[in-house]
Amino acid sequence: MTKKKLQANGLWLLVMIVGYLAINLLVYTGVVDSFIENMLVTIGINIILATGLNLIIGFSGQFSLGHAGFMAIGAYATGIILQTVPTVGGFVGSIVVGIIIAIIAAIIVGVPTLRLSGDYLAIATMGAAEIIRVVINNMKITNGAAGLFNIPQFATWPVVYVLVCVTTIVIVNFAHSRAGRAIQAIRDDEIAAEAVGVNPTKWKLAAFVLGAATAAIGGSLHASYIQTIAPSDFGIMNSIALLIIVVLGGVGSMTGTFLAAIVLGVLDTVLQSFGTLRMVIYAVALIVIMVFKPSGLLGRYEFSFAHVLNRHKKEDAA
Amino acid sequence: MHTAMQQIINGLSLGSIYALLALGYTMVYGIIKLINFAHGDVYMLGAFWGYFIINKYHVDFIVALLSAMIVTAFAGMLIEYLAYRPLRNSPRITALITAIGVSYFLENGMSYLFGANTRNFPQVVKQHNYTAFGINISNIQLLILVTAIILMVLLQLIIQKTKMGTAMRAVAVDQEAAALVGINPDHVISFTFGLGSALAGAAGVLIGLYYNSIDPLMGMTPGIKAFVAAVVGGIGSVPGAAIGGFLIGLLETGVQAIGLSAYKDAAVYVVLILILIVLPSGLLGKNVKEKV
Repeated sequence: MTKKKLQANGLWLLVMIVGYLAINLLVYTGVVDSFIENMLVTIGINIILATGLNLIIGFSGQFSLGHAGFMAIGAYATGIILQTVPTVGGFVGSIVVGIIIAIIAAIIVGVPTLRLSGDYLAIATMGAAEIIRVVINNMKITNGAAGLFNIPQFATWPVVYVLVCVTTIVIVNFAHSRAGRAIQAIRDDEIAAEAVGVNPTKWKLAAFVLGAATAAIGGSLHASYIQTIAPSDFGIMNSIALLIIVVLGGVGSMTGTFLAAIVLGVLDTVLQSFGTLRMVIYAVALIVIMVFKPSGLLGRYEFSFAHVLNRHKKEDAA
Repeated sequence: MHTAMQQIINGLSLGSIYALLALGYTMVYGIIKLINFAHGDVYMLGAFWGYFIINKYHVDFIVALLSAMIVTAFAGMLIEYLAYRPLRNSPRITALITAIGVSYFLENGMSYLFGANTRNFPQVVKQHNYTAFGINISNIQLLILVTAIILMVLLQLIIQKTKMGTAMRAVAVDQEAAALVGINPDHVISFTFGLGSALAGAAGVLIGLYYNSIDPLMGMTPGIKAFVAAVVGGIGSVPGAAIGGFLIGLLETGVQAIGLSAYKDAAVYVVLILILIVLPSGLLGKNVKEKV
């Protein structure tokens, strides 16, 4: 059993290293130009944001529409700190500060609102994110509606790549741990979960806080990569864009979130040349996919080397 | 005192627009449990139809209003038929994403076809200002208020007195049971979308008259505010949506009047969260007990 686990983990590590080397090679040989690199980084940041949201929506079953608010906290933490301390240390520190503030904000927002359920929770979290945005919009230190400019760029694609791997490992391991089983039990039946001794408030909050923390990381990377942030970058529409990635990939499937982030990122880049028509095509594609594949691209399917290895073993034995 | 009265008048006219929109949200939510994100864009369609028909055929206000209501009613029914009906039995979050897709489609489709620029709404009703006891009130504000109230009374009559209204209430309570006693839920849901969209279309023409400018993205913010109004009033409750709409309108103008206009949106959401925490199903919403 442990050997198989080691094998599966080894394979994942291999995939990560091969992926890194492959992108490096493509950048080096010039196949990936700055345009495609921009697309890759955007996809990476969206993966970080969307896996956190999928943990909240897909695994703990809490419908949050306020992800952009926590992203804004991370982005502004990085933006403000990097303007005074423009070093790598400052960048790392700003990510940590962003995570801490986002966790505090998530607890403040989560404790009262997570008692609500379904659409009411969605609206309450949306309202909370809007409040965060309006506050940022009116603060001196954040430079109000104009936002921050000339943020030093530390979030190059290797940084984003490594953080995508790290956040995904943390979230997937959380989802498969005792905590993950607890939040999935709450999602499936809160009363039954409570009856067997799972504290719903505690675990719902844990998932919400972890999701918010990854959103802050995504926000930090966004701020340092794009180098310009404004409160209007973190509105309701941005939360919805992340929600679309999660639902399109399949609620409760991390593999699906990866796939949807990549598909949408590529679609967005390909459609750049269509001008205004771009969003029309995007909207039609979205409606068509939802009407014909209501459970998202992958449903709840999860790709896992452990399962593949298991199947192999069984076939060998037979 | 005068300024307070003045703000109440302004708040009521803004609130009646929110109320008209909130009614559409609340009826649709009450019947199929869908947050119809495209509702704000149907309101935009209404405003554009009014703009088009007044500029092209120089019709008067009443014709513009009624024709906009008919056009948006059909638009709403078409949206329901094409985008939401195939998803009647799928997860609610899927239907929600589809609604967002429809909203994007309407906003960007209109931008693509007619341009994204802001345009002036033709002033079919000449503005007069009346002053009584030091309070300014324009005939347009009165018109908005009176039209909104007439439409709400009509809606209440349709829901409470007609056969279709009874069917709507029946489907909202239990769709399967309603189908068993011979109600076709598809017809009823279609009618509900038509009714709600007609109110949104009317609100669109009224706001065009009031603010004098329209653009393809005009539906986004009022749409979300109106949904908040519906939630505050108790989603699914028709009088609740009307009360919620007026409340949000008054709150916004009130916060603006005391010099905190930068925080008016935040104030709306703070009130929303507070009300949801104290009364989880809104002011007039029914509190559904959880069954084990």
